[in-house]
Formats: sequence, structure tokens, C-alpha cells
Amino acid sequence: MSGTGIGAAVRRKEDQRFITGKGHYTDDINRPGQAFAYFIRSPHAHATIKSIDAKAASAMPGVVAVLTGAELATDKIGNLICGWMIHSKDGSPMKMAAHPALASGKACHVGDPIAVVIAETLPQARDAAEKVKVDYAALPAVADPAAAQKSGAPQIHDIAPNNTIYQWHLGDAKAVDAAFKSAKHVTKLDIVNNRLVPNAIEPRAAIGDYDSGAGTFTLWNTTQNPHVARLVIAAFVGMAPEHKLRVIAPDVGGGFGSKIFIYPEEVVALWASRRVGRPVKWVAERSEAFLADAHGRDHVTHAEMAFDADGKITGLRAKTVANLGAYMSTFSSSVPTYLYATLLSGQYEIPHIYCEVDAVYTNTVPVDAYRGAGRPEATFVVERLVEVGAREMGQDPAELRRKNFIKNFPHQTPVIMTYDAGDYNASLKKAMELADYKSFAKRKRESARHGKLRGIGLSTYIEACGIAPSQAVGSLGCGVGLWESAEVRVNPTGSVEILTGTHAHGQGHETTFAQVVSERLGIPIENVLVVHGDTDKVQFGMGTYGSRSGAVGMSALVKALDKVEAKAKKVAAHLLEAAEGDIEFKDGKFSVAGTDKSAAWGDVSLNAYIAHKFSGAELEPGLKEGAFYDPTNFTFPAGCHICEVEVDTETGNTEIVAWTAVDDFGVVVNPMIVEGQVHGGIAQGVGQALCEGAIYDKDGQLVTGSFMDYAMPRANHLPTLTVDTTMTKCPSNPLGIKGCGEAGAIAAPAAVINAITDAIGTENLAMPATPATVWAALQKTGMPRAA
Amino acid sequence: MYAFTFHRPQTVRQAAGLLTKNGDAKLLAGGQTLLPTMKLRLAGPPQIIDMTLIEGMSGIEQSGRTLTIGAMTTHNEVNTSPVVQQAAPVLAKLAGMIGDPAVRHRGTIGGSIANNDPNADYPAACLGLGATIVTNKRRIKADEFFTGMFSTVLEPAEIITKVIFPLPKKAAYQKFRNQASRFALVGVFVSKRGSEIRVAVTGAGSNGVFRVKSFEEALKKRFSPKSLEGMTIPADGMNSDIHGSAEYRAHLVGVLARRAVAEAIGKPAA
Ligand SMILES: Cc1cc2nc3c(=O)[nH]c(=O)nc-3n(C[C@H](O)[C@H](O)[C@H](O)COP(=O)(O)OP(=O)(O)OC[C@H]3O[C@@H](n4cnc5c(N)ncnc54)[C@H](O)[C@@H]3O)c2cc1C
Repeated sequence: MSGTGIGAAVRRKEDQRFITGKGHYTDDINRPGQAFAYFIRSPHAHATIKSIDAKAASAMPGVVAVLTGAELATDKIGNLICGWMIHSKDGSPMKMAAHPALASGKACHVGDPIAVVIAETLPQARDAAEKVKVDYAALPAVADPAAAQKSGAPQIHDIAPNNTIYQWHLGDAKAVDAAFKSAKHVTKLDIVNNRLVPNAIEPRAAIGDYDSGAGTFTLWNTTQNPHVARLVIAAFVGMAPEHKLRVIAPDVGGGFGSKIFIYPEEVVALWASRRVGRPVKWVAERSEAFLADAHGRDHVTHAEMAFDADGKITGLRAKTVANLGAYMSTFSSSVPTYLYATLLSGQYEIPHIYCEVDAVYTNTVPVDAYRGAGRPEATFVVERLVEVGAREMGQDPAELRRKNFIKNFPHQTPVIMTYDAGDYNASLKKAMELADYKSFAKRKRESARHGKLRGIGLSTYIEACGIAPSQAVGSLGCGVGLWESAEVRVNPTGSVEILTGTHAHGQGHETTFAQVVSERLGIPIENVLVVHGDTDKVQFGMGTYGSRSGAVGMSALVKALDKVEAKAKKVAAHLLEAAEGDIEFKDGKFSVAGTDKSAAWGDVSLNAYIAHKFSGAELEPGLKEGAFYDPTNFTFPAGCHICEVEVDTETGNTEIVAWTAVDDFGVVVNPMIVEGQVHGGIAQGVGQALCEGAIYDKDGQLVTGSFMDYAMPRANHLPTLTVDTTMTKCPSNPLGIKGCGEAGAIAAPAAVINAITDAIGTENLAMPATPATVWAALQKTGMPRAA
Repeated sequence: MYAFTFHRPQTVRQAAGLLTKNGDAKLLAGGQTLLPTMKLRLAGPPQIIDMTLIEGMSGIEQSGRTLTIGAMTTHNEVNTSPVVQQAAPVLAKLAGMIGDPAVRHRGTIGGSIANNDPNADYPAACLGLGATIVTNKRRIKADEFFTGMFSTVLEPAEIITKVIFPLPKKAAYQKFRNQASRFALVGVFVSKRGSEIRVAVTGAGSNGVFRVKSFEEALKKRFSPKSLEGMTIPADGMNSDIHGSAEYRAHLVGVLARRAVAEAIGKPAA
């Protein structure tokens, strides 16, 4: 072992460059002759575009071109698509409305791009944009998903009557009804999962560069999945042939899902580059990010849980209306369906589950996957129901959970998933010990002495990660396979380049993937270079989201390393003049069994290339192998988070005073990085629970369009976090990895809200639980104000 | 940002002259309010008059029971000044609560007061301490200076040069932050100087900073949080937005006033 293998808390290799300002982001790239794009966006939530007059703008200094949807149509540039087909209960396909990269005829949300100005400089483009006269006829708008389905609501797309995209369901309604009929107790909740703005630090950016000589296109783009972007832009948008389009995702400063999707701006950058014969650069302003990055969550749910006399859960039903915004973003359809309802069993043995989901169009920014994507929404429903159920039945919430935990694996839930491994009791037990759960009553009394209400909340969450087995997702409507690829290139001197189809935008892959190689080949991580994010280098890959890079991407890497080792053994056999079957490889050394003959890794790699010791006829020179890995199941990270709060009854302010997270991520490659992922996830989940919320007014204007009104979580929202793990290996992949990227964001909101509602004694509390919201809830309970 | 002509006068008189000549010109102090609005193209003054080269506009001086702060003094200078920390710790603390380190290193007291953002902190200090605002033309009592949201009695070519604070015997400022902007959702400044009691509120009122006479009267009897027990102010005239209803803000005024008084007399704020 080199000390940098699997399980070592080594420092992140990439941080040297990030911390010293040497990162290389899309905006750091400038192409010779580059022009700048500025988008004209609809100020209306819903409006007919009667005419666009670009005469004055075109005459402005520095203007190269003003382009609109009309030119886009002339050039036959195709629409953006949603790549996951969902069918309604009645068998009809989802109603995917046309989504042109520049709106044609009609604007459907504030921020919808209408036209683009290309100019020598950005200020010139902005100046000219102000001179483009767009004649809008405003139409009535609707931002609220429930209102959008009502008759008489403004109709956004002809294809979707009542703005309804699909009415989907999962599970056995009859069996669930029967379970509720014979229930001893039923808990009912109305839940709003608040709409969030992803807010990665680096705003989205794109540079389109068309080489008319070669007929090739290059797109530098802030994307989490460059190959998927290339595929969609080539095959569906028809912007460029796939083999002549290179997509490069350089350093990307955070994504959280929002950079998975194929957006209008990158298509326009490529198209405009071909039109004007120059590279075209676009970088979003923060205000544009609010108005044009896909938002997350936005569910309205009624949910019920049935219990028998022993407190065993006998059924769960939920009806959810999911707001998908003005157009269907790339994977939007899957989020409130197969990434949501399939997790409604939580960690519990629930015999019957039924879930109905209506997805609707509204005059808001498209909604798609955001850290956790569907699974935080499911966890919130399940964990609130269990918690409230326990309180209503006068049972200890931890005990009620324990009673209902799944204990035998594999476990088939009634909602598709087969959980492969887990020990929910172990994480609950450890978390309760670390949180000193049993002395909570004492702490509550102490808080009361200071005039504060103390509450404790649990969240025993589960998620399905390692996205995903291609056959399974294919049968559910996904348009792509979700396998991953890896290539291992060993150099003559023994250093290694690995190419992965995953992409890092904060996760630390340059370190963790190198650790896997280090472990296997016995070389230090410094001798391993991780290459990703360039379709000219990496042949194909599906990118990074859904906590898939470890479970799927590293599994592909292991497969490729298996092949490398097998080939290297052949080379070693020649070098050591022994039979291949006698060669053993351990700690970076090849040896002949039962002898003291050995060869170092570097000797073997060199010999693979100089090929002096073997005939090329029987063994090919070189040491380079690739592999594709398609998972056989999802992975199921799970754990227990316990949040403790103090509520100031006078101001309604909530202070999180303690946080314990015990997660089972399977095998952990780098505990330090995993801890960081948990911290970040919790912070985002706390953000959703306490302060974040995108608010549209009734006219479809985004009220929270800047950080002056949209509150991000800050360090002061969090106590020192107690983070620990338990471990059951994931049985379905070679390293036993489950994934950790989303867990915190999935677990946290329910833990916070369970804690606050425990403190204030009312369940009727919406997220974000801002001081004003908590104070208002307290007024309704008639609680005496503390002195 | 739109293009503009950039002036850097050396004296207040030159600056005033430039202002008189160019009706649409804007003074630039720390730029922490003006520049963001220009970057968003919400403002596009054709002329910018930068005051950073004018000598004598920044600095902190104590003489007897008054503290004089130059208009161009940054929030950070006030926050970290040993003189302020000694003479009026409440002001040093308040300045330290403004924005973030970057904002505090650029933003100035003169800019903050001239701007009179309804959620800003300094207006509460001026009104809460009974400050005098000195301009190139006159001396203005804080009670007369602030006239409503983003509005003051400043005339077109009038420049704040310094602010004079009488030093209180007891004072404290309680700021309840807007979670997003970190400005004051409600901020209450209380002070006692001899028989003069002041309670000034920022953030809450739809007309900007204001004094709460009923609280002041109650505190005159006894400067103690007990004197304000159960007292509130009407929700009428309070701001109401996504961050808090008028009722909530009115309620917070009472809570924060009690906590400020407790802090001023050295009792831990509950
Ligand atoms: C991120 C952020 C957070 C902030 N948080 C807070 C906060 O928590 N609390 C708070 O109170 N403030 C806050 N501010 C505002 C900050 O305090 C500003 O510095 C202040 O409001 C304006 O001061 P300035 O020196 O930057 O003025 P400028 O932006 O330079 O000018 C503001 C206005 O005042 C005029 N002006 C400036 N100086 C004078 C003068 N001497 N005489 C006459 N007119 C003048 C200018 O012409 C302009 O119209 C925040 C600002 C930012 C960007």
C-alpha cells in the first residue's frame, strides 16, 4: 500500500490550483477573434412576441449580429428536448412542448431568451440589446402549479390542456385503500417542498467556436456531462454532427444538478459562431442565473400514512403536483416520478404504497434535478409522516422508526426498488448515542430556563444512487443508458493517465480516482493523472450526478484496471521468464510464486513498451485498457441525521445547536472528502429548511431574483457538525461503494423541520422556516411569549 | 454599467462646483450602494465625482463628550478605531455589523447616511444618538435630516462632510438581520444621555428610520427593559414583504427595544 489508496484521507490534489487561483474555468478561456453574446430575455412571464425590431441595435457600435428565433428556424436548428419519457396513467405520452433555443412567437417565463446580440465587447452587446425593440402583448400568467391545472387558467402550450404534462402513478391503489380502511391510526399531512435556486458559485458559461476550414465545432461549456451535451446538441438539436463537435467542460465551479441540462445559451453560442464566423462567448450574470438556470424541487403534496395497533406502517399514499416550469428541461420528467415515488418506502417495511404525480407547466423557469433530485422530496414526505405519526400516537419517534425498519436484505419495496444491503438500526443507534438522545429532556429544560424552546428531530433517510442500471432505466422511459466508461493508459515510466466519463465540479475526482489506481497498482497518487471533461479525450461517458461517479465510474475504472493487471502479468511473465500463471501482483510488485524473483511496476510498464522481451506476434506491445461498466442495481446509501434546535419564541429565530449525521455510504475512498460532501449537503438541506425559497408573484415575476431577497445558508446557520459513518458494503459493485454526494441535502430538511415542530408544538410549518414563519406559527399555537 | 465621465476633485468646493454644473452627476464615496446599481444599469449617471482625493473628509476625533467622524470614514475604520471603541463602543459594534469585510472596507458613513436606505444601520445611530450632520452648507440635526425612504433634506449640490455624535452614557443597538441581504429587517438603537432618551428604529418603517416616542417616555421613568414590558407599536406604517409582515416587524420593535435596553444597562440580552 502506498498510503494513498482506498480509505486514506489524503488532501485533494486539485486544491492547489483552486486555492491559488490557477483554476481554468470557461470564463478564463478566450479565443482569438472572440465576440460576446448578450441575451435579451422576456420581462414578461407570458407574452406574445408580436415583432422584434433590431434595426437600431444592429447599427450600434461594435455590433456583429442580432439573432432571433426567426433565424434559428431558418437555419433549422432543432428544439431542446426532455430525454426521459413518462406515460400517464391512461397510457398517453407526456406532453412535451416545443422548446426552441430562442423563443419564437411566445415568451413563457420571465428570463426566456428572445434574441441575442453578438458584439465586439460585452458592454457593446449590452448597449445594443437595450435598443432591440420587442413588441410584446402580455398574456395572463400562472406561476402556481395547482392554479395552473384549474379550468380557466392561462394555457401555456397548446399540446398540454390544463397545463398538465402527465398524470402518472405508481403502486397498487386498491391494496393501499384496503390498508387505510383497516388502519388503527392515519397520519395526514399537506406538504410544500419549496422551490430552490441552485446557485453554483460559477455561473453558467459557453464559448462556441466554429472552424469553417475543418467544418468542426468546439464548445467550452460549464457542463456536468459533456458527452450527453454533445449527443443532444448533435442528434436532437442538429446543431453539428457528433463527430465534428467537441465539448470541453474545463474546471466547473459547482453544479448541484443545474449544469446537467442542455440549455438554450450553449446551442446559441455554437450556432452564432457559425453564423458570424467567429468564436462567441457567453457568461451568465448572477441575475441571469436566477432567471435561467433550472430550479429545483417545487412539489405540493398531500400524503397519508396508515399504522396498525402496534404502530407498524401498513400503507402510504401520496398525491403530488410537481411544477416543471415553462418547458420540460432535459431530465425534468424523471425527477418527480422515478427518482421520487420509488423512494417512498424510506427505510421502512411498508407493504403497500401508492403515489400519483401530476406534472404541470407554469410560467416559471424550468425545474429539473437539484442535489438529491426527487429523493429529498420523498424523504421529506416519509420522514415527516413517520415523525408526526409517532407524535400523534404518543410513541417515541426513534422507537417507531426502529419498529418499522427493514431488517432483511435484499428487500423488495412495493415501489420498484430492491434494496440490496443496509443496517438502519446501526446508524440510528450510533447517531442516538453521539447525539446523547436520551438526555434530551434535560437539555430541553435548560433551554427553557433561558426562555428558549428546544426541539429534536430525526431523519432516517434512504436514497437510490449509483445512477443507474441501463436496462432498468430504459424500461422506465430513460432515453440513454447510464453506464460509465474508463480508460487506463500506463506510460513507459509507470505513471498512469486515467480517462473517465464522469466529471468533477467540486467532488475531488482527481484525488479519489487516483486513490483507486494507487491502491490497485501500488503507485502514489502523484503518479496518476485523471482526465475528464473533454469529448476529444474521453471517448464517451455519462457525466456526474446522482452520486454515480464512485459507484459507477470507479467500477468502470476497476474493470479497466483488471485488464491492465492481466496484460501486465503477461509482460511480467516474459520479463521474469516464468509461466504467466505463476505471476503474482501485490503492492506494486510482480513476483514469481515460490521464488524471490520479482519485477517492479515500472520495469513491467517499460517492458510493455520497449517490447524487447516478447514477440509482438504473441503479445501486443503497450499497456492501455478501457472498460464500460453497467451497474446491475442502484446503490442505497442511508443513514440517520439528528438535528437539535433552539427556537427564540420572541423573534421566531431558529438556531441549530447540534447536528449528528451517521451515514452508511458503503466503502469510503477518502473519508475527508466524504465528510466535506456531507457538510455541504447538510448546509444545502439546512438552506432549504431555514432560508431558501424561490418566490414568484401572481404575475409570474421572480420576487427572489437576487441575493438581496434569496437567502443562502451561511456558516452561522450551522453548528459544528458531528459526522460519522457505519458500513455495509454495496454488494453490486466491485469496490462496495454506495455514494455520498447528495445524502446531506436529502436528510437535512426533514431533520430540521422535525426538530422545529417538536420545539414549537405545531406541525403546521412551511419551509423555509424563517424567523417570520416560525413566529407566525407560534402566534397560532397561542403559546405564551417568553419574558 | 454605462459609460460616464470620472472626476476626482481635490476639495469639497470643487466637488460642489462640479455638482452644480452637472445636474445628473453623482458623488461617489465607497461605491457600495452606487456601483451595484450602476452595474445593474438601474442607474447611469453621466458624471461621477469621486471624493477619495479630497483631504480631510475622513478621520475620527473625540473632543470632550462629542465624537466627530469624517464623511469618508469607512465602516471598518469606525469598527476598529480605538477611539470609537472607547468613547462609543455601540458605534464601533454597529459599524462592524454592516455587510461583510469587503463592504466595510469601502463603504462610508457619509454614503450610508446620504443614501438613507430604510434598512441601513447608521441612520438608526444618527437618530438614536441625536447626531448632527455637517455639510458644506450647514449643520443639520438628525431629527430633521431623514425624510423618508432613500430621502433626506440634502439639496442637489450639498455634500456631507462629517457627522458629530454626542456621546451617550448608555447605548446599545440590536439588529435583527434580513437573512438574505443581512441588512436590518428591524434594528433598534437606544441611548440615554442625561435625561435625554432616544429609541430609533430602522428597517421596520415604510418611511425609513423613526423614533418611538412612547418607548422613550416609558424609559424616562426608568431606563430598564421592564419599563417596555408588553409595549408594542402599531403595525400600521410598517413594511410588509416576503421577509416579514408588518405585524412581525412591529412586534420585533418591542422585542429588540427591550433587548437593547438590557444590553445598554449591562444585562445580558435574553
Ligand atoms: C453586500 C452589501 C451589504 C451591505 N450591508 C449593509 C448593512 O448591513 N447595513 C447597512 O447599513 N448598509 C449595508 N450596505 C450598504 C453600505 O453600508 C454602503 O456602504 C452605504 O450604504 C453607502 O456608502 P458608500 O460610501 O458605499 O456610498 P456610495 O455608494 O458611494 O454612495 C451612495 C449614495 O450616497 C451619495 N453620497 C455618498 N457620499 C456622500 C456625501 N458625503 N455627501 C452626499 N452624498 C453622498 C452618493 O452620491 C450615492 O448616491 C451594504 C452594501 C453591500 C454592497
